[in-house]
Order: sequence, then C-alpha cells, then structure tokens
Amino acid sequence: MTYELETAANPEQLRRVAIDPVSRVEGHGKVTILLDENNQVHQVRLHIVEFRGFERFIQGRPYWEVPVMVQRLCGICPVSHHLAASKALDVMLGIKQVTPTADKMRRLMHYGQMLQSHALHFFHLSSPDLLFGFDSEVAKRNVVGVAGAHPEIAKKGVLLRKYGQEVIRHTAGKRVHGTASVPGGVNKSLSSAERAELLKDAYQMVAWSRDAVQIIKQLHTATPELYDVFGHFESNMMGLVTPTGDLDFYHGALRAKDADGKIIFDQVDYQGYMDVVEEEVRPWSYMKFPFLKQLGRENGWYKVGPLARIQNCDQIPTPLAEGERKEFVAYGNGKPIHATLAYHWARMIEMLFAAEMIKDLLHDDDIEGKDLMVTGTRKPGTEAEGVGVIEAPRGTLFHHYRVGEDDLVTMANLIVSTTNNNQAMNTAVREVAKKYLNGKELTEGLLNHIEVAIRAYDPCLSCATHALGQMPLEVSLIDAAGTVIDQVTRNAQGICRIE
Amino acid sequence: MSEKKTFTLDGDDVAFEPGQTIIQAALAAGKYIPHLCYHPEFKPHGSCKLCTVKINGRPAASCTTAAQPGLSVESEIPEIQDQRRTMVQMLLVEGNHFCPSCEKSGNCMLQGLAYDLGIMSPHFPQIFPTRPLDASHADVFLDFDRCILCELCVRASTEVDHKGVFALSGRGINKHLIVNAESGKLADTDFALTDKAAQVCPVGVILKKRVGFAVPIGKRRFDATPMSVVIAEESKTKETV
Ligand code: SF4
Ligand code: FES
Repeated sequence: MTYELETAANPEQLRRVAIDPVSRVEGHGKVTILLDENNQVHQVRLHIVEFRGFERFIQGRPYWEVPVMVQRLCGICPVSHHLAASKALDVMLGIKQVTPTADKMRRLMHYGQMLQSHALHFFHLSSPDLLFGFDSEVAKRNVVGVAGAHPEIAKKGVLLRKYGQEVIRHTAGKRVHGTASVPGGVNKSLSSAERAELLKDAYQMVAWSRDAVQIIKQLHTATPELYDVFGHFESNMMGLVTPTGDLDFYHGALRAKDADGKIIFDQVDYQGYMDVVEEEVRPWSYMKFPFLKQLGRENGWYKVGPLARIQNCDQIPTPLAEGERKEFVAYGNGKPIHATLAYHWARMIEMLFAAEMIKDLLHDDDIEGKDLMVTGTRKPGTEAEGVGVIEAPRGTLFHHYRVGEDDLVTMANLIVSTTNNNQAMNTAVREVAKKYLNGKELTEGLLNHIEVAIRAYDPCLSCATHALGQMPLEVSLIDAAGTVIDQVTRNAQGICRIE
Repeated sequence: MSEKKTFTLDGDDVAFEPGQTIIQAALAAGKYIPHLCYHPEFKPHGSCKLCTVKINGRPAASCTTAAQPGLSVESEIPEIQDQRRTMVQMLLVEGNHFCPSCEKSGNCMLQGLAYDLGIMSPHFPQIFPTRPLDASHADVFLDFDRCILCELCVRASTEVDHKGVFALSGRGINKHLIVNAESGKLADTDFALTDKAAQVCPVGVILKKRVGFAVPIGKRRFDATPMSVVIAEESKTKETV
C-alpha cells in the first residue's frame, strides 16, 4: 500500500535532498526529499539506517546478562531497556510478582530516567527551536544559546536532568550501565543516606517541572497558528494503562484509541502483543512499520509516546500532573489533540508526573527494604519465554525473549519506541514538507522544520537502529543525474556551512 | 632465632623464608607485585610475565625467581610499568573484554590491573575473537572469548581435582582453552561446581550460572579499593590469590 508522498510517480526526473543524518537526533536518521524544478515536493521519506540488528548480539548469550547488555541500545534511555528486559525475564522465569522493594526500586529508577530524558529532550534538544524560532540563526539555536538568552530556563533544565541522573545512579548503581535490576528483582535497595540525599531536592524538582509545563503551555496557547497546525495529522494512539485506566510508565496493559479517542482495544495482556500488533516491512526502509492487526496495514498505524499516553489514560495518579492533564484535554475541545508540537506539552506533563512519583516513592519505606529477589518455576525445555513492555520516554517498548534449557537466549525480538512511531514520524515529516517546503528555495531554516518535527517525537534514533553514535548533519541537493548541486553541512555543535 | 634474610623491593626491605620466591615474600609482607597467572596455592607458571621485575638490573619473572639475600628488586618503576601496560593492553584486545556488560566486572583481575595501571583505552586494534560459548553444563558456563590463557583452571583441575578437564591447545595467536571431552563440551566431563577449577579463573570465563549481576556495584571486590591494595592487604594475613 502507499501513503501520500511516500513514493513519487516518476522519481528519475526529480531532484533529491537528503538530510543526513538529522542533527540533535542521536543516531542515524536520514530524510530524503525529491523535488522537481519548481521545488514541488514529490516524495519524502524518513529512513532509519539500521546497521546491524541488536537481536543478533543477544541471541546465544546467557539470559541474566541481557538486562545489562541491552543498555547499549540507547544512549539516552538505557534504563528502559534494562527494565523491559528484566520484566520479560521475570516472566520467562515464571515469576508473577517481584517483591514490593524490587517493584518500587525499579519504578524509582524508571521515573528518574523519565525525568532526565524528558528534561534533556525538552530543554537541551527542543527548546532552542521553540524559544528562538525554527529558522533563527543556527549558531544560537542550541542549548548554549538558550543559556545566554534564558539562563533561568537553561539552569532548571540542566538541574532537572542532573537530578534524574542521580536517581538513576542511586537506584541502578551507576549513572550509565547500572546493574541493579536483575531477573527476579533488584540487587540493591536505597540506603537511608541515599534516600535522604534524593529526598532533599525532590520537592524542588516537582516545582521546576511545574514551571516547565507552564513554559510550553504558554508557547503553545500563545501561538496556536503554529503549534496546532505544524505537522498535524490524525492517527490511532497506543500505550500502557493500569486496570483502572491510570497512566503508568512501568507496568500495565495495552490500550489503543482511534483518532477520535474511541477505544479500539483495552486491557490487553502484553504477553500476547503479537495478537494485536504486526510489523510490516517496506522495501525502502530498514526499520519496520508496526500496525494494529485489527485495523490492518493501511489504517492500523499509530502514535506512541507522551502525546498518545496523556490522551490514552483516564487519569494521572498524581494531583499536579492530573490537573495539567485536564487542562491539556480541555484545550482539545472534546477532540484528541494530534498536533506534532503538542508532544512537548504532553512531555512536560509527564515530567511533572515523574517528579511527583519520585517524591512519593522516596517517602515509601519499602524503598529501603531488604527483600530484593524472588524465584519462580521456569517452564521446562525450550518453552521458557517472556515479554516485557514498558513506557520508555519516547513510547511503548517491547522486549520478547525465548530461552533454551542451557540458559542461553534462543530468540529476541525488540520493538522500540521509534519503530512504533515510524509511520507517525514519516507522516509528520510529509505534512511539514507539504506545508512549509513546497515551491520554496530550500534554506537551512526550512530544512530545520523537518527536523523540528522529528525531534518532537524522538531525539534518539540510535535505539531504533540498534546502533550507537552521533553524527553531524549533511544536506545535499542532488539533481536527477545524481550530481550534488548544493550542500549544507552542520557539525554536532550546530555550526552551519553552506557551500 | 636466626635473623631473617632480606632483599629490597623498590627500596624497602622485604624479609623472606628460604624457598620463597620474590613474589611470595613480597605478598607475605603486604607488598603487591602485579600478576595474573600466579596463584599462591599453585606452582608458579611464569607465563603471563606481568610479574616481571628488575633484579639487580636484569628483568625476570618474580613468580619464578627465588628470593636471595641482598637482591635489589625494582617493580614500580616507569620502564617496568610501561611494559606491563602494553601487555595488559594486548590482553584486552585479544579477548572480548567488554566490562560494562560482563558479570565479572568489579571482581576481575584483568580489569583491576588495567585500572591500577591507569589504562584508559585498549590502544591496539581489537581482534574480536568469536569462540562459541559452552553452556552445556547445568551449573557452570564458559565464555572462552575472555580467556587470558593463565592455565590456572588447567592446573587446578589436574593438581587439585585430579580430573584434567581443561587444557590449552594451538600455538601463538591460535592458542585457546579446550575442554577434554570428545564432544568438547563441559557437560560431557565430570566437572562440578565444587571443583577447585570452578573457583580460580581470574577473569570471566568460568562462571556459575544464574548468578549474573547479583552483587550490586559498590559491593564487589575491587569497587571501593584498588586491586593492588586489596590483594596486598589480604596476602599479609593469609596468602590468597
Ligand atoms: S579459563 Fe580462566 S583460569 Fe582458565 S586459562 Fe582461561 S583465564 Fe585462566
Ligand atoms: S604472575 Fe609471574 S608470569 Fe604470570
């Protein structure tokens, strides 16, 4: 099947523009745009350049190594992979429930990571576009520019992120590549000194997260002609909710809603995710395109992540974030909000939720408990299998493993957040290209519009490609014969050079 | 009682008993000399060369050289430390030593030595060996890609367990650890978790199954204190490792 602007009718006669890779998106994303001589856009594709399936590295390794090993998948949200793998392997071991201390330590670790990742995403990676404008001066359009023009905002961003990292350090054992979550539970709880240290700043983080919601809410509501329209498209939405429909990043069952907010399915046990989600392969992309089986390839694609989660749940179980959610929903006037830039508003509400949860968990004595591990009865033979699903910063993350009698992983399947959003991001990019690029001479500022759309979803393409790295931006205009006729390069610091 | 005989190690007097090697006397006195293939419970092997020191100006392995009165031994001098650094860097690229996802991390002597020597990068190009894991045994698995060929398991299995489960095979760069079974699989030997050979590997090759990352970061053997200090302290009272 084809989508609008996915495949041009006569590509040989068109100019090609490649945004390769997208800056401030960690990893290997590439956008190609085909234009005719009047700069009319005929084809837009977001390619995620996969270099080697990470599943291959996991297969043949002992299962207890996996939660630590999979953290190499993503430089921004290693904890999500750490926990999703642990949860899958709990199930594989026949464990129904970990201890309260293990559950709460894992949750605390996860909320710490949500806080740090959302702060990084908003303040460091996206606020330069939002505060200065998408085609503002490139040299200033970065976090250093924000620090100069809005030192208070930049400072809060830095400290929120740092606090999230400290929560991770104390719960996981290290800021990156911690080891605390193990199949069956955790290997540590908080000491009273660690707990006191984190508790000291917990209220400040709630207050600053609240401020962050106000910043983006004001930007959004003051400029609806941009924020409501930019990259707007309707789609289904999917995420985890608790049995009572609460937002929960760590655990729940799958719920999907259609573009009008009607429930497609609810309370689906994710052990059976394959019954509801299927992945489509398209010849031009290494990354698969998942869709809801029930609705089919054409209509079944969906969004995940903050915008989907905030609107998928019935309520948020912490008071301040719930108040903000209600305001957000009210802004939609009875209809779900599908604006790409509303991801940022939803993301900051989630950051507030994470900050409130961290504060609450730190007040819970179980966090210092000593009962860390449980064992279960594993299915014999080659049947041992488990699925772990978690709401990672950028959306729903699936880990699925099968383990042989010799304890080695025989099958690994991962559907990361970026893959879940693949079609949604492609659609966002096409909407933006159609609206802002059509018929214009391309400038760096215009091309940045494309990246702004991608960054609203995902600053972290590396996890979807299962590759590591960060590379500078290179935009090439190539004519029909494949000759480079124009080139824009930008290094990792955002310095631009046009040749 | 006759007065104890002494030699000097980096300028300090070290007393020794007749029959002791230089490394034995040094460790008994709480002085650390880097080593990997030396283990107090086994006959010296002299293969890793990490324990090389200068004895009266000439390099020699301290684990195979008998202590003698009046020797002048130099260990922590730049020339020797540089050579050790190079040897450890070569070991690091010969195997797959990816510390962040290795369960031996924090308890590993190769890692501990790399930290002690201030090694920040492997320096040489990685070889990336791909020797298949052996997970056939019910209680123990073998990750051959981390083997540094110290032969401690070979010695333990032969001398203590009297089973001869392990051996080295091949030469030069192709030298590798093998399991003495027709199938080459650990499950087809009489190896047991309680064997001495299951306890001695200084790196992450011979590992008890289903333990993984049970010990949190901060509580592992070399987390809080450098390995050189841990081993020197432990050896002072009773000689281990
Ligand atoms: S397996 Fe361990 S003990 Fe045996 S030779 Fe290799 S490194 Fe030494
Ligand atoms: S410890 Fe002496 S040669 Fe290895």
